[in-house]
Amino acid sequence: MSTDLTAPALPADHPPAPAGGPPAADPPPPPPAPPSRRTGRPATLLLTAATKSVAILLLLALWEVAPRAGLVDRTFLPPFSEVARAWWGLLSDGQLASNTQASLTRSLVGFGLAVVIGVPLGLLIGWYRAVADLLSPLLELFRNTAALALLPVFILILGIGETSKISIVLYACVWPILLNTISAVRTVDPTLLRLARSLNLPPLRLFQKVILPASVPAVFTGIRLAGSVSILVLVAAEMVGAKAGLGYLINASQFNFAIPQMYAGIVTISVLGLLFNQLLVALERRFTRWRAPLSA
Amino acid sequence: MTASISFRGVTKTFPVRGSGGARQRTEFTALDRVDLDVAAGEFVALVGPSGCGKSTLLDLLGGLDTPTAGEILLNAKPVTGPGPDRSTVFQQYALLPWRTAQGNVEFGLESIGLPRRQRAARAREYLGLVGLAGFEERYPHELSGGMKQRVAIARSLAYDPDVLLMDEPFAALDAQTRESLQDELLRIWRRTGKTVLFITHGIEEAVYLGGRVAVLTSRPGRVKEVVPIDLGNRAEDQDLRSSPEFARHRHEIWSLLRDEVSRAQQLEKEAAPV
Ligand SMILES: Nc1ncnc2c1ncn2[C@@H]1O[C@H](COP(=O)(O)OP(=O)(O)OP(=O)(O)O)[C@@H](O)[C@H]1O
Ligand SMILES: [Mg+2]
Repeated sequence: MSTDLTAPALPADHPPAPAGGPPAADPPPPPPAPPSRRTGRPATLLLTAATKSVAILLLLALWEVAPRAGLVDRTFLPPFSEVARAWWGLLSDGQLASNTQASLTRSLVGFGLAVVIGVPLGLLIGWYRAVADLLSPLLELFRNTAALALLPVFILILGIGETSKISIVLYACVWPILLNTISAVRTVDPTLLRLARSLNLPPLRLFQKVILPASVPAVFTGIRLAGSVSILVLVAAEMVGAKAGLGYLINASQFNFAIPQMYAGIVTISVLGLLFNQLLVALERRFTRWRAPLSA
Repeated sequence: MTASISFRGVTKTFPVRGSGGARQRTEFTALDRVDLDVAAGEFVALVGPSGCGKSTLLDLLGGLDTPTAGEILLNAKPVTGPGPDRSTVFQQYALLPWRTAQGNVEFGLESIGLPRRQRAARAREYLGLVGLAGFEERYPHELSGGMKQRVAIARSLAYDPDVLLMDEPFAALDAQTRESLQDELLRIWRRTGKTVLFITHGIEEAVYLGGRVAVLTSRPGRVKEVVPIDLGNRAEDQDLRSSPEFARHRHEIWSLLRDEVSRAQQLEKEAAPV
């Protein structure tokens, strides 16, 4: 859902002040500030911000009005203001912070490990054609096994502690990263490979100067997918057996019939997911500034 | 430094899916016993209908592919792979999109182990030579087609090979830029004595640049005729393109090509998917 936001205009998008001296390392060269075409940016920024908030504000208004007007049962869907109050309550008594922290730690550790494992492994597998051919049926099989279907197995083997939760996040996150990285390496523009070959680039240089930078965009697509997967899977895992975490908070609130608190937890997760995705998008943009802008 | 080239009965076939269904494998002959000798320091233009195998010929000489039969000699030694003695301007530019114009030119220089400072200076010099001073920090997506092509040319020239292989390098340029780059190329060629193999679709370009023009037949590609070009005195201030010799050569090659192009179109019609 929140994997691709075509929205431009994150504050992070502004060109950073050129750090002193020319870039020292080889690829990928930190691009200098692109030629100026940013006139009138604040105005556009404001406009896009307004356009985007309209829909959300409308949704919130509907959420507020519908229960009050009796369109939906307000026991099951309390008006947004009540949810907001519940959220504030959770924030004040520290429950929100502790549960969010528990969730974030798990998903970030799992996600981070997935990146650390998935990217190098994907590069390796993509690079060695034979390995890729050998492993691809296996990868396809695992990819199509829903991670959550394996949750009982993880719990069985690793217990209900942190290990099993981090492992399931790691497991679910590694596939999009791995598969995107493999295909990135294998679909590098053949003319660039021909160029590299005509220049007699030794394999390691070819990898470092052509394959790696060419793969960056697709690798990031995988990382972004994994970002949303990490939160999705974690929340589900926390609902099964946990004593802390936002999934636990939601589940426990529902169990105790604290419906506004339940919704407060849900909203928190959505916002977290959104922020995480935005962060990854900003990061992606930083690393692929050489690309033609994707939006119209 | 310069090098002679010799194609000896060079044949190249590609395995392709046959017309009788996807399973059936057939051989497609792209080049058929090509014989061509290019002396060291010579400038030879190569013309021929689209799809006749010009780029394939350049690939073989560049060492990116191996001939099915025959051999290619470079300074009397068979070509076994790519090498720093040859440099290709690819038909598809082949610019690294994550590098600026400057970075793309430097890319070629990195592979010959030039120190960083010299690399930067040389890249800037050659970008200036192709009229791209001031565009050093642009990324390929910020350049026009013709500018990209010029970056690719600068990259090849800066690399300073003995043999320059150019695949329609000026195709995407306007007439003025093209003519000035043609003159620049001729100047560089005269100064350095490189051997140049230059593919083009422009008859005038071939006549203007080439010491000889090799005309290829339509599929499969074969050398139909090699026409020596003599434009008399190539003084700088003279408009060569309007001289009678130029017109005569132009017409000669045009006639040679006309038959081949119409034959190619005929072939294409026959081979068109049903
Ligand atoms: N890898 C390949 N596999 C199969 N057929 C190929 C391959 N490469 C080239 N060919 C075929 O060989 C022929 C010659 O191709 P080539 O690219 O050399 O033509 P060209 O003379 O450069 O044409 P153009 O002037 O349009 O650039 C074409 O008919 C093409 O379809
Ligand atoms: Mg071609």
